[in-house]
Order: sequence, then C-alpha cells, then structure tokens
Amino acid sequence: MPEKVIDIKHLEKYFNKNEVLKDIDFSVNHSEVVCVIGASGSGKSTLLRCINLLETPTSGEILFHGRNIQDGSVPISKYRAKVGMVFQQFNLFNNLNVLENCVVGQMKVLGRDRRHAEENAKEYLNKVGMLGFINAKPAQISGGQKQRVAIARALAMEPEVLLFDEPTSALDPEMVGEVLTVMKELARSGLTMLVVTHEMAFARDVAHRVVFMDKGVIVEDSTPQVMFDSPKHQRTREFLARIIDK
Amino acid sequence: MPTDSFGWIVFMFQEYGLMFLQGAGTTMLIAIIGTFAGFGIGLLVAIVRTIPIEPSSSLAKRVLMKAVRGILIAYIEVFRGTPMMVQAVVIYYGSAILFNLDMTPIVAALFIISINTGAYLAEVVRGGIISVDKGQTEAAHSIGMTHWQTMTSVVLPQAIRNIMPAIGNEFVINIKDSSVLSVISVSELFFMAKSAAGTYYRFFEAFAIACAVYFVLTFSVTRILLAIEKRMDGPSNYDMYSLEETEGLDHA
Repeated sequence: MPEKVIDIKHLEKYFNKNEVLKDIDFSVNHSEVVCVIGASGSGKSTLLRCINLLETPTSGEILFHGRNIQDGSVPISKYRAKVGMVFQQFNLFNNLNVLENCVVGQMKVLGRDRRHAEENAKEYLNKVGMLGFINAKPAQISGGQKQRVAIARALAMEPEVLLFDEPTSALDPEMVGEVLTVMKELARSGLTMLVVTHEMAFARDVAHRVVFMDKGVIVEDSTPQVMFDSPKHQRTREFLARIIDK
Repeated sequence: MPTDSFGWIVFMFQEYGLMFLQGAGTTMLIAIIGTFAGFGIGLLVAIVRTIPIEPSSSLAKRVLMKAVRGILIAYIEVFRGTPMMVQAVVIYYGSAILFNLDMTPIVAALFIISINTGAYLAEVVRGGIISVDKGQTEAAHSIGMTHWQTMTSVVLPQAIRNIMPAIGNEFVINIKDSSVLSVISVSELFFMAKSAAGTYYRFFEAFAIACAVYFVLTFSVTRILLAIEKRMDGPSNYDMYSLEETEGLDHA
C-alpha cells in the first residue's frame, strides 16, 4: 500500500456564493507524479491553492501524512515549507537577485546559515541550468529562465511535495521546452509532484496518474494510457477532443 | 547704509549671514528628523493597517484589530485634515495648559512635524504596499514565510523603492512648510528672515535671501534623493557566474 502524502477529504470551496470545488476526494502518494487537466474555471488551480492554504477551504479536510493541517497542530509556515509551489507567473522576488531568491527562504524559514543556504541554492540552480545567472535580477532574465529559478527556489527548501500551477502557461512557446525538461528530470528523481497543466504530451509521458476536472468535480482519475486512449466519461472525451483539435 | 535693493541684500547677507545659516540649519534639522521619524511612523501604521483580519482568528483578536485600525484611521484623518500651523499652536500651547508639559519650541516643532508627516506617509506607504504584486506575497507564503517575514524581506523593499519619489516630495514639502512652525517661535529660516527684515524694515531683501537659501536646500535634497534611488536600483547589468561550471539544461 503506497503511502499517501496528501489526502483530501470532502473538500469544498466557495467564493462567496460561487461553488468552485464540490466535495473533492483526492490523494497523492509518495513519489507519484499526478497531472491535473481540465478547462479554465474547472477548479484545478483552486484545488492546488487550497492544498498549500493560499485559499482557505470552505469545508473538508486536507491531511498531510495523515495529519489535518487545519486543526492548528502544525504551524502553517512549517507545513508550507514542506509543500513547495511553482506559479504560472513565476513570482520571483523582484527585489532580490537569483541567488538571494533561493537563499532567503532557507535562512528565514528553515534557519539555515548563509554559507549552507548559498551552497544549497547553487546546487539546485545548477540542476536547473541557472547557476551562471546568480547575480541577475528577475527583470533581467527571460520567462523560461525565471521559471527555472522559481523551481530551484522551491527545491532549495527541500519540500516533500512540489505543486505546479500551470508552470508553462505564461511562457513563449520556445521556452516551454526548457521548463518541461527540468520537470521531467525532477519526476525521474522520484520527487512527489502535483502538476496542473495544459501540456497533454507532458501528462501522457511523465505522469503516473492523470486527473480530469470539470466544473469543480473530479470527473476521471486514471492512468495516462486510459485517460488519453480510452477515457471512460463523455465529458473527458469532449475536453480531449477540443484540445486535440487545436 | 546701502542705497539700492542689491546693496541691501549684500549688506544683510554680511550682517545676518550667520543667522540665516543657523536658520537654514534648524530648518534642515526639522525637515530631516520630521521626514525620517514620519517615515517610521508611516511604515508602522501602514504595516499594522495591512495585517489581514482572518475570519478564522478569535473574536477578541478581530475586535482588537478593528479597534486599532479605527484609531489609526482617526489619526490619519485628523492630522491630514487640519493645517500644521494650527496643530503647532494647539499642541504647543495645549500641552502646557492641559498636561503641564513645558516643551521647548524646537522639541514641539520636531514632534509636530513628525506626526504630521507620519499621517501623510502612512497613506503613501500603504499605497506602496498595495502596488506590490500579490504574487510576491503568495510566493513568500508558499515557502513558509510569516506575514512579518514577507513584509520585511519581500514586500517593503519593493514598496519603499516605489514610493521614494513620494518620500522625496514629502521631504521637500517639510523643508518649506517648517516655516509655519515660526508661529511657535522656532528659530528656523523663516523666523530668522523675519527677524532680520524687522530690524531695518527691508522685507523684500531679507526674504529674497531666504528664498535663495530655501531653493538651495530643496534642490540639493532632490539631487541626493535621485542618487539614492539610482543606488537602490543597482547595476543595470549583471556578471555571469563561472559559466563553465553550469551544465547545459538549456534546450536540448
């Protein structure tokens, strides 16, 4: 029985009267790569943002290694340090250079000393091919480079799970590849990943499981083979047909 | 005695040069301390006002935070909504009558300009904080930073950079508007010019000198602030770091 890292039970989220997530049950196992697909407005990003509490769930439970993260027994900042997040808009700290972006969290949140934090940061920046740019400010590098730094920043915290919120959607087409290459590398290394994406090829090649969401519910949760070759639900088929037509 | 205005200006400058200089010194002291202390006050007020009130926190905490917000808004409204000249008189004489507090004019002046500037800069800083993209806060939260850490490491450095022109404005305004504090007999530049003018009844000449001194002060300050802004921006280029060590994850 694989160990569940994240286990979500009956999660619901309302924005005012608007129900965005409806009774979601969902889990991510250790070392698993799960891709979440679905149309805009289906609740994929909200699900991801609820998992690290950037959005407060309206009801339901989120368990991390079996512990409810909202009952106050675990400080939110401690929990968030273990669940990294990569954003669509990169969100690198604009006032800090590339190296400092990857150092500040380690020092402030994990209490590491500067030497250790910098060594660690350089190791991960090297991994994403950005070591040469440690002196650059975010405004001085390209979108793909920013996203690779953002991944290194998240990795430097040594999280147990990494959440990706449409990491390539804001990139120019020629920069998508470099980010996906880094993500494939991470998937191979056994990192637990939950990826909201529109990159169907990536989901098919890299994911262990693919989840299709529509109108706030999980319609289908299966292996990539089943999802893309013989989806069970009509809504999944319609969505995939629309995507592939493009 | 000189016969024309130019002669009078030269004469007064020789006669009262030191007084004007002392006045300029006091004016700068008031403006510098007022701007810095006011900035500190503004920063604190804005940080407290932007602490999110979570619906999940306890009732007592929510009530307390709402009360604190109310007090801070009242402070801002009162000090922005009344002239500093009037505040000076009310506080300087009022503190003596009501609290038996005997402040010297200069102490009263520093106090008044600081809280007055604080009220303006609180709104400026709040604007600066709001102007920083929400994604910056989310990213900081996502790696586990607390509200305070997010503010000090990520949001405020960017907010302060963005509001530097507005702070410069306030500094210049303080240099000029400290003149209204002459109403409580602070011996700043305007007060000194008035004294010099009164001796010989040469108002134009005395205030022409004051005018020139004020301009030199404000112009120097704006130049210095521009240089500081440039420094804050850092170099426009970056040096590559031992490129040969980086391995090619760049497009396969």
